[in-house]
Amino acid sequence: MIDNQIIATILVHLFTAIVQLAFWRKTVTQRILSITGSFLGFILSLHLFNKVFNGSILTMNAANWEAPFGIVFVADTLSTTLVLLTSIAALAVSIFSATGVGRARMLFGYFPIFHFLIMGLNGAFLTGDIFNLYVWFEVVIISSFVLLTLGGRKAQLEGAVKYMAMNILASTFFLTGIGILYGITGTLNMADLALKIPKVQDQSIVNLTSMFFLIGFGIKSAVFPLYFWLPSSYHTPPSAVAATFGGLLTKVGLYALFRVFTLMFVPNEFIKTVFIVMAIMTILTGAFGAIIKNNIRRLFSYLIVCHIGFIIGGLGLYTKLALLGAIFYLIHDIIIKTNLFLIAGLIRQLRGTMNMTKLGGIYAEYPKLSLLIALVLFSLAGVPPLSGFWPKIYLIEAAFAGENYFFIVSIILGSFITLYVLAKLWVEVFWKDAADDAAIVDKFKPLNSLNKVLLVLPIGILASTTLYIGLNAEMIIQVADKISTEMLDTRPYIKAVLGK
Amino acid sequence: MELLLVFLIGVLYAAGVYFMLRRSMVRLLLGIILLGNATNILIFLLGNITKGKPPIIEANLKVFNDIYADPVPQALILTAIVISFGLTSFAIVLLKRVYALLGSDDLDDLNTPEEEDI
Repeated sequence: MIDNQIIATILVHLFTAIVQLAFWRKTVTQRILSITGSFLGFILSLHLFNKVFNGSILTMNAANWEAPFGIVFVADTLSTTLVLLTSIAALAVSIFSATGVGRARMLFGYFPIFHFLIMGLNGAFLTGDIFNLYVWFEVVIISSFVLLTLGGRKAQLEGAVKYMAMNILASTFFLTGIGILYGITGTLNMADLALKIPKVQDQSIVNLTSMFFLIGFGIKSAVFPLYFWLPSSYHTPPSAVAATFGGLLTKVGLYALFRVFTLMFVPNEFIKTVFIVMAIMTILTGAFGAIIKNNIRRLFSYLIVCHIGFIIGGLGLYTKLALLGAIFYLIHDIIIKTNLFLIAGLIRQLRGTMNMTKLGGIYAEYPKLSLLIALVLFSLAGVPPLSGFWPKIYLIEAAFAGENYFFIVSIILGSFITLYVLAKLWVEVFWKDAADDAAIVDKFKPLNSLNKVLLVLPIGILASTTLYIGLNAEMIIQVADKISTEMLDTRPYIKAVLGK
Repeated sequence: MELLLVFLIGVLYAAGVYFMLRRSMVRLLLGIILLGNATNILIFLLGNITKGKPPIIEANLKVFNDIYADPVPQALILTAIVISFGLTSFAIVLLKRVYALLGSDDLDDLNTPEEEDI
C-alpha cells in the first residue's frame, strides 16, 4: 500500500535541524526546538508503528518513480519498530542534552547535527534501496564524526581518528559489495534483489559478495574481529553523544545485517556457522574486556560489544524462535544502552569523575535516584521478570533446538559476567564510601530544579520503557513474532514493494 | 580497456591496503582515498562499459533495440565521489588537528590516557 506519511519522521528531524540552523547562537531556542522536534518525531513514529503493526506493509515511491527503478521507502514491522525505538531514545537524549551538554558545544551546532544524525538513522531504517541505504549510512557517519569531535579535547580527537578510519573502511566495503551486486543482478532495489539473487547462476559470486556486506556491516555493528574501534572511541565524547552512539549507531549496523541476510542473502550453513562463531567470540571478548575496566563508560562500551553477540547469534541460528529472541533483545538493547550512557553522564555530574575507584557513596546521598539506576542495571543483567530476561530464554531455547551448546554456554557466561560487572559497579559507585571527600565536585546539587529534572527525566523515561518491555513482554513478543515471521517469509515484503 | 581497468583496480586496492596498514596518519588517509577510488572504478567496470551508445531512445522507437551504456553505475559513482569528497575533507582537517595537538604522525601515539582511566 502506498502511503507518503512514512517519511514524516525523517522530515521532522530534517526541518528541526534546518530551523535550528537559523537560531545558531540562541541556545535556549535550540534546546526547546530540539525537545519539541524529538517529541513530534516520537508521536509520528508511534502513529506509523500502529498503522503498520495493525495493518500491512506500507511503501512510498520517491518522486513517483515506480519500484524497482526509483528509490522506494518501505515501512515493515522491523523498520517501524526500530524507528519508534530511535524516536524514544532521541527524545530522551534531546531532553538530557538540554543540561548535559555544555553551552560551548551548542554554539558549534550540537543540536542541528544531532537531528541530522537521527534523520539519517530513520532514513536507513526506512529505505528499501541498497544504494540509498549506503547514502543514509554516510549521513549518519558524517554527523557522528562531527558529534564525536565537537569540543576538540585530545582524547576525543584520538578516538575520532580510529572511529573515522574504521567507519570509512566499512563504507568502502559496503560500496564494493553494492557495486558487485549491481554488476551481477542489474538492480539496486532490495525486494528486486531478493528475487534476482537466487536466479544468479554462479552462487559462489553471490556468497563472496555477501562477505563484503558482512564485513562492512560487521565493522559498523562492532562484532568480534572488527570491534576494536568502539571501546577506544565511545568513552571520549559527552555522555549525551555517547548515549546516541551506544544505543543507536551499532544497532543500525545490526539492522542492516538482519535486512540483508534475511531478505537478500538467505544464509547457507557456512554463513550461519560464521555468524555463530562471531557471536560466541563477541560475547566472550566483550565480557572479558568489561571485567578489567575501571572507567564506567569504557566498561559500558565493552558491554555493548558483549550484548551484540547475543543478537548476532540469534541471526546465526536462523530459526523463527532464534530470530524472535534476537529481535526482542535488539528492542531491549537500544533502550537500555542509551540509558546506561545517560546514567554515566549523570554520575559524572554528581561526582565529576567516571573512574570507579574514585567514586562512591552515591546511594547514601541520593537513595531514590540510585534505586532508579538499580532498576536499569537489573534489567540489563536480565533478572526476571525484567526485560533482559525474556530474550535470553528464547535464544537459549532456540540454541537447544539447534543443538548449539557452545552458544548456550557463551550466553550464560556472558550474562553471568554482565551480572558480576554490574554488581561490582553497584558496590564501587553506589555503596562503598567515597574515597576522598575533598576530591568530589558535585555539579548536580547547585543546579536549579528545572535542570535537575532535565537530567533525571530522560533516565526515568527510558527506565519506565524498559520496565514496560519487561512487564508487558507479551506485547513485545507479539511484535518480535511478527517481525521474525516477516523475515522468514519475505513474500509480503516483495509484494508490497513490487506489486507482484 | 576492461583488462587495463582490472589491473588498475587491483593496484589501487593493493596500494590502499598497504597504506592503511602503515603507522603514519597521512598514509592512512592516502589509503582511504585510494580504496575509495578503486571502489568507484570497480563500480564503473561492473556496469559493463559500452562506448558511444548513450541511453537515449530514438524518436521513432518506443523501446531500446540496441545495447546501451548503463547510466546507473555512473550516477552511483557520482554520488560516491561527492560523499567521499566530504569525508576526505573532514578527515584531513581532523588529522591536521590531531597532529597539531599531538606533534606526532604516528598512529601508535594515539593512546594518551585520561585522568579518569588512571
